[in-house]
Amino acid sequence: MAQERLAAIAGIHEYPLRVAPGVSSMQIKADSMKRALDDAGLDWGDVDGLYDALDGEGGGGLGLAAYLGIKPRLLDTTQVGGSSYEFHASHALRDIAAGRCNVAVTTYGSTAASMRVPIGTGGMGRGGASWQQNMEAPYGGTLISNYAMVAHRHMHEYGTTTEQLAQISVATRKHAMRNPEAVKAMTDLQFVKVDEITVEDVLESRIIADPLHLLECCMISDGGGAAVFVSPEIARDIKKKPVWIIGAGEATKYRENGGDITTSAGAQSAPAAYGQAGVTPDEIDIAMIYDSFSITVAVMLEDLGFCAKGEVGQFIEDGHLAFDQPGLTLNTDGGGLSSNHPGMRGLFLLLESVRQLRGESTSQVDGAKLAVAHGNGGLLGGTHTGGTVILAAD
Amino acid sequence: MPKAEGGSPPTKGNTNMANRPQPSFPEPDTQHFWDGCKEGELRYQTDPDGNVVFYPRGHSTVTGDRELSWNVSSGLGTVYTYSVVRQNRMPGFQELGAYAVAYIDLDEGFRMMSTVVGVDNPVTDIHIGQRVKVEFEEQSGDDSYPIPVFRPV
Repeated sequence: MAQERLAAIAGIHEYPLRVAPGVSSMQIKADSMKRALDDAGLDWGDVDGLYDALDGEGGGGLGLAAYLGIKPRLLDTTQVGGSSYEFHASHALRDIAAGRCNVAVTTYGSTAASMRVPIGTGGMGRGGASWQQNMEAPYGGTLISNYAMVAHRHMHEYGTTTEQLAQISVATRKHAMRNPEAVKAMTDLQFVKVDEITVEDVLESRIIADPLHLLECCMISDGGGAAVFVSPEIARDIKKKPVWIIGAGEATKYRENGGDITTSAGAQSAPAAYGQAGVTPDEIDIAMIYDSFSITVAVMLEDLGFCAKGEVGQFIEDGHLAFDQPGLTLNTDGGGLSSNHPGMRGLFLLLESVRQLRGESTSQVDGAKLAVAHGNGGLLGGTHTGGTVILAAD
Repeated sequence: MPKAEGGSPPTKGNTNMANRPQPSFPEPDTQHFWDGCKEGELRYQTDPDGNVVFYPRGHSTVTGDRELSWNVSSGLGTVYTYSVVRQNRMPGFQELGAYAVAYIDLDEGFRMMSTVVGVDNPVTDIHIGQRVKVEFEEQSGDDSYPIPVFRPV
Protein backbone atom coordinates (compact mmCIF):
# COMPACT_ATOMS: atom_id res chain seq x y z
CA MET A 1 0.00 0.00 0.00
CA ALA A 2 1.10 3.60 -0.47
CA GLN A 3 3.00 4.83 2.52
CA GLU A 4 2.50 8.37 3.64
CA ARG A 5 5.57 10.60 3.77
CA LEU A 6 4.76 12.92 6.66
CA ALA A 7 8.07 13.28 8.50
CA ALA A 8 11.68 12.32 7.95
CA ILE A 9 14.97 12.03 9.76
CA ALA A 10 17.19 14.56 8.00
CA GLY A 11 20.38 14.55 10.05
CA ILE A 12 22.11 12.34 12.58
CA HIS A 13 25.18 12.31 14.76
CA GLU A 14 26.57 9.69 17.09
CA TYR A 15 29.11 11.02 19.57
CA PRO A 16 32.25 9.09 18.63
CA LEU A 17 33.77 8.53 22.07
CA ARG A 18 32.61 5.94 24.64
CA VAL A 19 35.04 7.19 27.27
CA ALA A 20 34.93 10.96 27.40
CA PRO A 21 36.39 12.24 30.68
CA GLY A 22 36.11 15.95 31.31
CA VAL A 23 33.06 16.37 29.08
CA SER A 24 29.56 16.94 30.44
CA SER A 25 26.40 15.28 29.19
CA MET A 26 25.09 18.70 28.20
CA GLN A 27 28.18 19.36 26.10
CA ILE A 28 27.68 16.03 24.34
CA LYS A 29 24.05 16.96 23.63
CA ALA A 30 24.89 20.40 22.22
CA ASP A 31 27.84 19.15 20.18
CA SER A 32 25.72 16.31 18.77
CA MET A 33 22.88 18.66 17.86
CA LYS A 34 25.23 20.94 15.93
CA ARG A 35 26.76 18.05 14.02
CA ALA A 36 23.38 16.47 13.25
CA LEU A 37 22.15 19.81 11.88
CA ASP A 38 25.36 20.06 9.82
CA ASP A 39 24.67 16.54 8.52
CA ALA A 40 21.29 17.77 7.29
CA GLY A 41 22.55 21.13 6.07
CA LEU A 42 20.30 22.96 8.54
CA ASP A 43 21.09 25.77 10.95
CA TRP A 44 20.88 26.11 14.72
CA GLY A 45 18.22 28.77 14.30
CA ASP A 46 16.05 26.49 12.18
CA VAL A 47 15.13 24.32 15.16
CA ASP A 48 11.53 24.86 16.23
CA GLY A 49 10.81 21.59 18.03
CA LEU A 50 12.67 20.04 20.97
CA TYR A 51 12.30 16.52 22.34
CA ASP A 52 14.23 15.47 25.41
CA ALA A 53 14.45 12.48 27.73
CA LEU A 54 15.47 14.54 30.79
CA ASP A 55 19.08 13.42 30.60
CA GLY A 56 22.03 15.65 31.32
CA GLU A 57 22.87 18.15 34.03
CA GLY A 58 20.16 20.80 34.13
CA GLY A 59 18.44 19.62 30.98
CA GLY A 60 14.83 18.76 30.37
CA GLY A 61 11.92 21.03 29.62
CA LEU A 62 13.08 23.76 31.96
CA GLY A 63 16.75 23.68 31.08
CA LEU A 64 17.73 22.30 27.71
CA ALA A 65 16.42 25.06 25.42
CA ALA A 66 18.03 27.65 27.66
CA TYR A 67 21.36 25.81 27.56
CA LEU A 68 21.22 25.41 23.80
CA GLY A 69 19.95 28.96 23.25
CA ILE A 70 16.93 28.12 21.14
CA LYS A 71 13.25 29.05 21.39
CA PRO A 72 11.24 26.07 20.12
CA ARG A 73 7.50 26.27 19.64
CA LEU A 74 7.11 22.63 20.65
CA LEU A 75 8.59 20.99 23.78
CA ASP A 76 8.16 17.29 24.59
CA THR A 77 10.05 15.74 27.49
CA THR A 78 8.82 12.17 27.24
CA GLN A 79 11.05 10.01 29.45
CA VAL A 80 10.47 6.27 29.11
CA GLY A 81 13.99 5.01 29.69
CA GLY A 82 15.85 3.53 26.76
CA SER A 83 12.80 3.69 24.52
CA SER A 84 12.46 7.47 24.93
CA TYR A 85 13.92 8.17 21.49
CA GLU A 86 11.52 5.86 19.69
CA PHE A 87 8.72 7.69 21.49
CA HIS A 88 10.28 10.99 20.37
CA ALA A 89 10.34 9.80 16.75
CA SER A 90 6.74 8.68 17.14
CA HIS A 91 5.74 12.06 18.53
CA ALA A 92 7.73 13.91 15.87
CA LEU A 93 5.81 12.06 13.18
CA ARG A 94 2.56 13.10 14.85
CA ASP A 95 3.61 16.67 15.61
CA ILE A 96 5.20 17.44 12.25
CA ALA A 97 2.21 15.95 10.41
CA ALA A 98 0.00 18.26 12.48
CA GLY A 99 2.09 21.29 11.57
CA ARG A 100 3.30 21.88 15.12
CA CYS A 101 6.95 22.10 14.10
CA ASN A 102 9.14 21.68 11.01
CA VAL A 103 12.67 21.06 12.31
CA ALA A 104 12.82 19.18 15.59
CA VAL A 105 15.74 17.63 17.42
CA THR A 106 16.25 15.02 20.07
CA THR A 107 19.61 14.82 21.80
CA TYR A 108 21.28 12.45 24.22
CA GLY A 109 24.34 12.76 26.39
CA SER A 110 25.68 10.52 29.13
CA THR A 111 28.92 10.01 31.02
CA ALA A 112 27.85 6.76 32.68
CA ALA A 113 31.24 5.11 32.18
CA SER A 114 33.33 8.02 33.41
CA MET A 115 31.03 8.43 36.40
CA ARG A 116 31.25 4.65 36.97
CA VAL A 117 27.49 4.20 37.27
CA PRO A 118 26.73 0.51 38.02
CA ILE A 119 23.56 0.47 35.91
CA GLY A 120 23.09 -3.29 35.78
CA THR A 121 24.42 -4.38 39.15
CA GLY A 122 23.92 -1.41 41.47
CA GLY A 123 20.71 -2.72 42.93
CA MET A 124 17.37 -0.97 42.76
CA GLY A 125 16.57 -0.54 46.41
CA ARG A 126 17.36 3.12 46.85
CA GLY A 127 15.01 6.04 46.62
CA GLY A 128 12.07 7.15 48.66
CA ALA A 129 8.93 5.34 49.67
CA SER A 130 6.73 4.11 46.85
CA TRP A 131 4.21 1.30 46.50
CA GLN A 132 6.56 -0.62 44.21
CA GLN A 133 9.86 0.08 45.98
CA ASN A 134 8.34 -1.10 49.23
CA MET A 135 7.41 -4.45 47.67
CA GLU A 136 10.64 -5.12 45.78
CA ALA A 137 13.59 -3.39 47.44
CA PRO A 138 14.06 -5.96 50.25
CA TYR A 139 15.13 -8.66 47.80
CA GLY A 140 18.18 -7.09 46.18
CA GLY A 141 17.13 -7.61 42.60
CA THR A 142 19.43 -6.00 40.06
CA LEU A 143 18.51 -4.75 36.64
CA ILE A 144 20.34 -7.69 35.09
CA SER A 145 18.59 -10.23 37.32
CA ASN A 146 15.25 -8.80 36.25
CA TYR A 147 16.00 -9.48 32.59
CA ALA A 148 17.51 -12.82 33.60
CA MET A 149 14.18 -13.87 35.10
CA VAL A 150 12.66 -13.42 31.65
CA ALA A 151 15.41 -15.57 30.15
CA HIS A 152 14.80 -18.36 32.67
CA ARG A 153 11.09 -18.41 31.99
CA HIS A 154 11.64 -18.31 28.22
CA MET A 155 14.00 -21.28 28.48
CA HIS A 156 11.53 -23.13 30.69
CA GLU A 157 8.50 -22.60 28.46
CA TYR A 158 10.06 -22.93 25.02
CA GLY A 159 13.32 -24.80 25.45
CA THR A 160 15.40 -21.81 24.40
CA THR A 161 19.08 -22.43 25.11
CA THR A 162 22.00 -20.29 26.20
CA GLU A 163 23.78 -21.41 23.02
CA GLN A 164 20.98 -19.90 20.94
CA LEU A 165 20.95 -16.66 22.91
CA ALA A 166 24.74 -16.48 22.60
CA GLN A 167 24.41 -16.29 18.80
CA ILE A 168 22.93 -12.82 19.28
CA SER A 169 26.14 -11.70 21.00
CA VAL A 170 28.25 -13.39 18.32
CA ALA A 171 26.49 -11.71 15.37
CA THR A 172 26.51 -8.34 17.09
CA ARG A 173 30.23 -8.55 17.84
CA LYS A 174 30.89 -9.42 14.21
CA HIS A 175 29.25 -6.15 13.23
CA ALA A 176 31.08 -4.25 15.96
CA MET A 177 34.47 -5.39 14.67
CA ARG A 178 33.64 -3.70 11.35
CA ASN A 179 32.74 -0.41 13.07
CA PRO A 180 35.88 1.57 14.01
CA GLU A 181 34.02 3.49 16.72
CA ALA A 182 32.88 0.23 18.30
CA VAL A 183 36.39 -1.18 18.19
CA LYS A 184 37.67 1.94 19.90
CA ALA A 185 34.84 1.68 22.42
CA MET A 186 35.74 -1.88 23.38
CA THR A 187 39.42 -0.94 23.52
CA ASP A 188 38.86 2.16 25.65
CA LEU A 189 36.53 0.23 27.98
CA GLN A 190 39.21 -2.45 28.39
CA PHE A 191 37.31 -5.42 27.01
CA VAL A 192 39.30 -8.58 27.65
CA LYS A 193 39.08 -9.55 23.98
CA VAL A 194 38.52 -7.00 21.23
CA ASP A 195 37.84 -9.47 18.46
CA GLU A 196 35.10 -11.60 17.05
CA ILE A 197 33.70 -14.03 19.61
CA THR A 198 32.26 -17.54 19.52
CA VAL A 199 29.35 -19.17 21.31
CA GLU A 200 31.95 -20.86 23.51
CA ASP A 201 33.40 -17.46 24.47
CA VAL A 202 29.96 -16.38 25.62
CA LEU A 203 29.35 -19.56 27.59
CA GLU A 204 32.78 -19.35 29.22
CA SER A 205 32.28 -15.76 30.34
CA ARG A 206 31.19 -15.50 33.94
CA ILE A 207 27.54 -15.48 34.91
CA ILE A 208 26.35 -12.12 36.24
CA ALA A 209 22.81 -13.25 37.08
CA ASP A 210 21.69 -16.74 36.09
CA PRO A 211 21.28 -17.53 33.26
CA LEU A 212 22.91 -14.43 31.74
CA HIS A 213 26.65 -14.39 31.10
CA LEU A 214 28.85 -11.30 30.93
CA LEU A 215 29.00 -11.42 27.13
CA GLU A 216 25.19 -11.40 26.99
CA CYS A 217 25.15 -8.03 28.80
CA CYS A 218 25.61 -4.62 27.23
CA MET A 219 28.55 -2.43 28.07
CA ILE A 220 28.35 0.76 30.12
CA SER A 221 29.83 3.62 28.13
CA ASP A 222 29.81 7.35 27.81
CA GLY A 223 28.23 8.71 24.69
CA GLY A 224 25.29 10.35 23.07
CA GLY A 225 24.07 11.76 19.83
CA ALA A 226 21.27 13.57 18.09
CA ALA A 227 18.66 13.18 15.37
CA VAL A 228 16.88 15.90 13.37
CA PHE A 229 13.25 15.34 12.40
CA VAL A 230 11.83 17.45 9.55
CA SER A 231 8.71 18.02 7.50
CA PRO A 232 8.49 16.81 3.88
CA GLU A 233 8.99 20.39 2.66
CA ILE A 234 12.27 20.73 4.56
CA ALA A 235 13.29 17.19 3.53
CA ARG A 236 13.35 18.20 -0.14
CA ASP A 237 16.33 20.52 0.38
CA ILE A 238 18.60 18.73 2.84
CA LYS A 239 22.16 17.58 2.11
CA LYS A 240 21.48 13.85 2.19
CA LYS A 241 18.55 11.63 1.31
CA PRO A 242 15.84 11.78 3.95
CA VAL A 243 14.84 8.63 5.82
CA TRP A 244 11.09 8.55 6.29
CA ILE A 245 9.32 7.73 9.53
CA ILE A 246 6.35 5.79 8.21
CA GLY A 247 4.92 4.17 11.31
CA ALA A 248 5.22 4.16 15.07
CA GLY A 249 3.72 2.42 18.06
CA GLU A 250 3.96 2.80 21.81
CA ALA A 251 3.06 0.48 24.67
CA THR A 252 3.80 -0.38 28.27
CA LYS A 253 3.77 -3.63 30.21
CA TYR A 254 4.39 -4.56 33.82
CA ARG A 255 4.31 -7.33 36.41
CA GLU A 256 0.79 -8.68 36.51
CA ASN A 257 -0.80 -11.47 38.48
CA GLY A 258 -0.75 -14.43 36.14
CA GLY A 259 0.95 -12.42 33.39
CA ASP A 260 3.25 -13.83 30.73
CA ILE A 261 6.73 -12.47 31.34
CA THR A 262 8.03 -13.83 28.01
CA THR A 263 5.93 -11.34 26.03
CA SER A 264 6.94 -7.68 26.08
CA ALA A 265 5.26 -4.37 25.37
CA GLY A 266 6.63 -4.81 21.86
CA ALA A 267 3.82 -7.24 21.11
CA GLN A 268 1.47 -4.25 21.37
CA SER A 269 3.63 -1.45 19.94
CA ALA A 270 4.88 -3.36 16.90
CA PRO A 271 1.51 -4.19 15.30
CA ALA A 272 0.50 -0.55 15.71
CA ALA A 273 3.68 0.58 13.95
CA TYR A 274 3.39 -1.96 11.13
CA GLY A 275 -0.25 -1.06 10.71
CA GLN A 276 0.44 2.64 10.33
CA ALA A 277 3.34 1.95 7.97
CA GLY A 278 1.39 -0.55 5.90
CA VAL A 279 4.20 -3.08 5.98
CA THR A 280 4.65 -6.58 7.36
CA PRO A 281 7.59 -8.02 9.29
CA ASP A 282 8.74 -10.13 6.33
CA GLU A 283 9.39 -6.91 4.37
CA ILE A 284 11.83 -5.56 6.96
CA ASP A 285 15.55 -5.62 5.99
CA ILE A 286 17.12 -4.26 9.17
CA ALA A 287 16.09 -4.79 12.79
CA MET A 288 17.65 -2.37 15.21
CA ILE A 289 16.58 -3.86 18.53
CA TYR A 290 17.58 -2.64 21.97
CA ASP A 291 20.18 -5.23 23.00
CA SER A 292 20.52 -4.48 26.67
CA PHE A 293 20.89 -8.25 26.99
CA SER A 294 20.68 -11.23 24.67
CA ILE A 295 17.23 -12.10 26.00
CA THR A 296 15.89 -8.64 25.18
CA VAL A 297 16.64 -9.22 21.51
CA ALA A 298 15.24 -12.75 21.60
CA VAL A 299 11.92 -11.63 23.05
CA MET A 300 11.69 -8.69 20.64
CA LEU A 301 12.39 -10.82 17.56
CA GLU A 302 9.25 -12.70 18.51
CA ASP A 303 7.18 -9.69 19.54
CA LEU A 304 8.15 -7.78 16.38
CA GLY A 305 6.74 -10.66 14.37
CA PHE A 306 9.88 -12.14 12.84
CA CYS A 307 8.92 -15.53 14.28
CA ALA A 308 6.19 -16.89 16.51
CA LYS A 309 6.35 -16.66 20.30
CA GLY A 310 8.67 -19.35 21.59
CA GLU A 311 10.35 -20.00 18.24
CA VAL A 312 13.22 -17.54 18.41
CA GLY A 313 15.72 -20.28 19.22
CA GLN A 314 15.00 -22.01 15.94
CA PHE A 315 14.88 -18.65 14.12
CA ILE A 316 18.40 -17.91 15.35
CA GLU A 317 19.63 -21.39 14.44
CA ASP A 318 18.28 -20.92 10.93
CA GLY A 319 21.08 -18.41 10.39
CA HIS A 320 19.79 -14.87 10.38
CA LEU A 321 21.11 -11.82 12.23
CA ALA A 322 24.57 -11.22 10.69
CA PHE A 323 24.71 -8.77 7.78
CA ASP A 324 26.30 -11.34 5.46
CA GLN A 325 23.63 -13.97 6.14
CA PRO A 326 20.31 -14.10 4.29
CA GLY A 327 17.15 -12.84 5.89
CA LEU A 328 16.74 -10.38 8.71
CA THR A 329 19.82 -8.43 9.79
CA LEU A 330 20.31 -7.29 13.39
CA ASN A 331 22.09 -4.37 15.03
CA THR A 332 24.70 -3.61 12.37
CA ASP A 333 26.50 -0.96 14.43
CA GLY A 334 27.59 -3.48 17.04
CA GLY A 335 24.73 -2.79 19.41
CA GLY A 336 24.81 -2.09 23.08
CA LEU A 337 26.57 -5.39 23.52
CA SER A 338 29.65 -4.26 21.61
CA SER A 339 29.46 -0.61 20.52
CA ASN A 340 27.58 1.88 22.64
CA HIS A 341 25.42 1.78 25.76
CA PRO A 342 25.50 4.90 27.93
CA GLY A 343 22.22 3.93 29.62
CA MET A 344 19.50 4.79 27.09
CA ARG A 345 20.37 3.19 23.79
CA GLY A 346 17.17 4.01 21.93
CA LEU A 347 18.69 6.91 20.00
CA PHE A 348 21.37 4.73 18.40
CA LEU A 349 18.70 2.39 17.03
CA LEU A 350 17.36 5.30 14.99
CA LEU A 351 20.83 6.48 13.95
CA GLU A 352 21.99 3.12 12.59
CA SER A 353 18.64 2.60 10.86
CA VAL A 354 19.25 5.90 9.06
CA ARG A 355 22.79 4.86 8.11
CA GLN A 356 21.51 1.59 6.66
CA LEU A 357 18.75 3.28 4.68
CA ARG A 358 21.25 5.85 3.36
CA GLY A 359 23.78 3.14 2.51
CA GLU A 360 26.32 4.40 5.07
CA SER A 361 26.64 1.53 7.56
CA THR A 362 29.97 -0.19 8.22
CA SER A 363 28.03 -3.45 7.84
CA GLN A 364 25.84 -2.31 4.99
CA VAL A 365 23.06 -4.53 3.71
CA ASP A 366 22.81 -3.94 -0.03
CA GLY A 367 19.57 -2.29 -1.04
CA ALA A 368 18.17 -1.99 2.46
CA LYS A 369 14.78 -0.30 2.11
CA LEU A 370 12.97 -0.82 5.41
CA ALA A 371 14.20 -0.81 8.99
CA VAL A 372 12.49 -1.24 12.33
CA ALA A 373 13.90 0.42 15.43
CA HIS A 374 12.53 -1.01 18.64
CA GLY A 375 13.45 0.48 21.97
CA ASN A 376 12.77 -1.08 25.34
CA GLY A 377 12.76 1.10 28.42
CA GLY A 378 12.78 -0.01 32.03
CA LEU A 379 12.74 -3.62 33.17
CA LEU A 380 11.79 -6.37 30.74
CA GLY A 381 10.64 -8.58 33.62
CA GLY A 382 8.86 -5.71 35.36
CA THR A 383 7.56 -2.33 34.32
CA HIS A 384 8.79 -1.44 30.85
CA THR A 385 7.87 0.45 27.70
CA GLY A 386 8.17 -0.51 24.07
CA GLY A 387 8.55 1.97 21.25
CA THR A 388 8.54 0.73 17.66
CA VAL A 389 9.44 2.93 14.69
CA ILE A 390 9.33 1.86 11.05
CA LEU A 391 11.73 3.72 8.78
CA ALA A 392 11.88 3.73 4.99
CA ALA A 393 14.56 4.73 2.51
CA ASP A 394 13.74 7.66 0.23
CA MET B 1 32.64 -0.82 33.33
CA PRO B 2 35.82 -2.71 32.53
CA LYS B 3 34.92 -6.30 31.93
CA ALA B 4 37.45 -7.92 34.25
CA GLU B 5 35.75 -7.36 37.59
CA GLY B 6 34.85 -10.40 39.65
CA GLY B 7 31.37 -11.67 40.42
CA SER B 8 30.39 -13.90 43.29
CA PRO B 9 30.65 -17.63 42.80
CA PRO B 10 27.72 -19.72 44.00
CA THR B 11 28.11 -20.23 47.71
CA LYS B 12 26.82 -22.98 49.92
CA GLY B 13 24.60 -22.10 52.77
CA ASN B 14 21.59 -20.18 53.80
CA THR B 15 20.66 -16.99 52.04
CA ASN B 16 18.77 -15.61 54.98
CA MET B 17 19.72 -12.02 55.63
CA ALA B 18 18.95 -9.78 58.60
CA ASN B 19 19.74 -6.39 57.09
CA ARG B 20 17.52 -6.19 54.05
CA PRO B 21 16.33 -2.76 52.90
CA GLN B 22 13.21 -1.96 54.88
CA PRO B 23 9.99 -0.59 53.41
CA SER B 24 9.71 3.17 53.89
CA PHE B 25 6.72 4.95 55.39
CA PRO B 26 4.52 6.93 55.14
CA GLU B 27 3.36 4.92 52.15
CA PRO B 28 -0.39 4.33 52.38
CA ASP B 29 -0.77 1.61 49.73
CA THR B 30 1.55 -0.94 51.33
CA GLN B 31 1.29 -0.06 55.05
CA HIS B 32 -1.35 -2.72 55.84
CA PHE B 33 0.59 -5.38 53.95
CA TRP B 34 3.68 -4.72 56.04
CA ASP B 35 1.72 -4.53 59.27
CA GLY B 36 0.55 -8.04 58.33
CA CYS B 37 4.12 -9.25 58.11
CA LYS B 38 4.57 -8.28 61.76
CA GLU B 39 1.56 -10.49 62.51
CA GLY B 40 2.92 -13.38 60.45
CA GLU B 41 0.28 -12.81 57.77
CA LEU B 42 0.79 -12.50 54.03
CA ARG B 43 -2.02 -10.13 53.10
CA TYR B 44 -3.53 -9.41 49.72
CA GLN B 45 -6.57 -7.52 48.45
CA THR B 46 -9.66 -8.39 46.42
CA ASP B 47 -12.23 -6.09 44.86
CA PRO B 48 -16.02 -6.55 45.14
CA ASP B 49 -16.01 -8.64 41.94
CA GLY B 50 -13.43 -11.00 43.40
CA ASN B 51 -10.49 -9.72 41.34
CA VAL B 52 -7.19 -10.09 43.15
CA VAL B 53 -5.34 -6.79 43.59
CA PHE B 54 -1.58 -7.01 44.19
CA TYR B 55 0.80 -5.21 44.82
CA PRO B 56 -1.40 -3.49 47.39
CA ARG B 57 -3.16 -0.35 46.22
CA GLY B 58 -6.09 1.88 47.05
CA HIS B 59 -8.08 0.88 43.99
CA SER B 60 -8.99 -2.17 41.94
CA THR B 61 -6.71 -2.45 38.92
CA VAL B 62 -9.60 -4.03 37.02
CA THR B 63 -12.49 -1.68 37.82
CA GLY B 64 -11.02 1.31 39.66
CA ASP B 65 -13.30 0.47 42.59
CA ARG B 66 -11.94 1.74 45.92
CA GLU B 67 -13.88 -0.69 48.15
CA LEU B 68 -11.24 -3.39 48.54
CA SER B 69 -11.13 -6.23 51.06
CA TRP B 70 -8.02 -7.56 52.76
CA ASN B 71 -7.42 -11.32 52.89
CA VAL B 72 -4.74 -13.57 54.33
CA SER B 73 -2.90 -15.90 51.97
CA SER B 74 -2.08 -19.51 52.79
CA GLY B 75 1.50 -18.55 51.90
CA LEU B 76 1.76 -21.46 49.51
CA GLY B 77 2.90 -20.84 46.00
CA THR B 78 5.01 -21.80 43.02
CA VAL B 79 8.22 -20.35 41.61
CA TYR B 80 7.18 -18.63 38.35
CA THR B 81 10.72 -17.62 37.47
CA TYR B 82 13.95 -16.68 39.22
CA SER B 83 17.51 -15.56 38.78
CA VAL B 84 20.55 -16.09 40.95
CA VAL B 85 22.35 -12.79 41.44
CA ARG B 86 26.12 -13.25 41.32
CA GLN B 87 27.04 -9.57 41.28
CA ASN B 88 25.37 -6.79 43.22
CA ARG B 89 27.20 -3.66 44.26
CA MET B 90 24.56 -2.70 46.79
CA PRO B 91 25.75 -2.72 50.41
CA GLY B 92 24.44 -5.76 52.28
CA PHE B 93 23.81 -7.79 49.18
CA GLN B 94 27.31 -7.51 47.84
CA GLU B 95 28.63 -9.44 50.84
CA LEU B 96 25.89 -12.09 50.62
CA GLY B 97 27.29 -14.28 47.87
CA ALA B 98 24.99 -15.73 45.26
CA TYR B 99 21.30 -15.40 46.11
CA ALA B 100 18.00 -15.79 44.33
CA VAL B 101 15.39 -13.27 43.32
CA ALA B 102 12.13 -14.81 42.18
CA TYR B 103 8.58 -14.16 41.19
CA ILE B 104 6.33 -16.38 43.30
CA ASP B 105 2.80 -17.15 42.14
CA LEU B 106 0.71 -17.56 45.28
CA ASP B 107 -2.11 -20.08 45.19
CA GLU B 108 -4.67 -17.31 45.65
CA GLY B 109 -3.66 -15.83 42.28
CA PHE B 110 -1.18 -13.08 42.99
CA ARG B 111 2.46 -12.76 41.98
CA MET B 112 5.09 -11.21 44.19
CA MET B 113 8.79 -10.62 44.01
CA SER B 114 10.70 -12.41 46.75
CA THR B 115 13.60 -14.77 47.31
CA VAL B 116 13.96 -18.50 47.91
CA VAL B 117 15.94 -19.42 51.02
CA GLY B 118 16.98 -22.61 52.73
CA VAL B 119 18.66 -24.30 49.78
CA ASP B 120 22.25 -25.54 49.72
CA ASN B 121 23.02 -24.02 46.34
CA PRO B 122 20.63 -21.53 44.76
CA VAL B 123 22.02 -22.22 41.29
CA THR B 124 21.12 -25.90 41.32
CA ASP B 125 18.44 -26.24 43.98
CA ILE B 126 15.82 -23.74 42.79
CA HIS B 127 13.66 -24.39 39.76
CA ILE B 128 10.62 -23.02 38.00
CA GLY B 129 7.48 -24.79 39.18
CA GLN B 130 8.95 -25.52 42.61
CA ARG B 131 6.45 -25.43 45.46
CA VAL B 132 7.36 -22.98 48.19
CA LYS B 133 5.88 -21.58 51.40
CA VAL B 134 6.26 -18.15 52.91
CA GLU B 135 8.17 -17.46 56.09
CA PHE B 136 8.83 -14.14 57.71
CA GLU B 137 12.51 -13.40 58.03
CA GLU B 138 13.33 -11.41 61.15
CA GLN B 139 15.37 -8.28 60.57
CA SER B 140 17.85 -6.54 62.84
CA GLY B 141 16.92 -3.25 64.44
CA ASP B 142 14.12 -2.23 66.75
CA ASP B 143 10.60 -2.34 65.34
CA SER B 144 11.78 -3.51 61.93
CA TYR B 145 9.43 -5.25 59.54
CA PRO B 146 10.01 -9.00 58.99
CA ILE B 147 10.49 -9.73 55.29
CA PRO B 148 8.37 -12.41 53.57
CA VAL B 149 10.66 -14.97 51.90
CA PHE B 150 9.94 -18.45 50.58
CA ARG B 151 11.33 -21.88 51.37
CA PRO B 152 10.84 -25.06 49.32
CA VAL B 153 8.22 -27.46 50.73
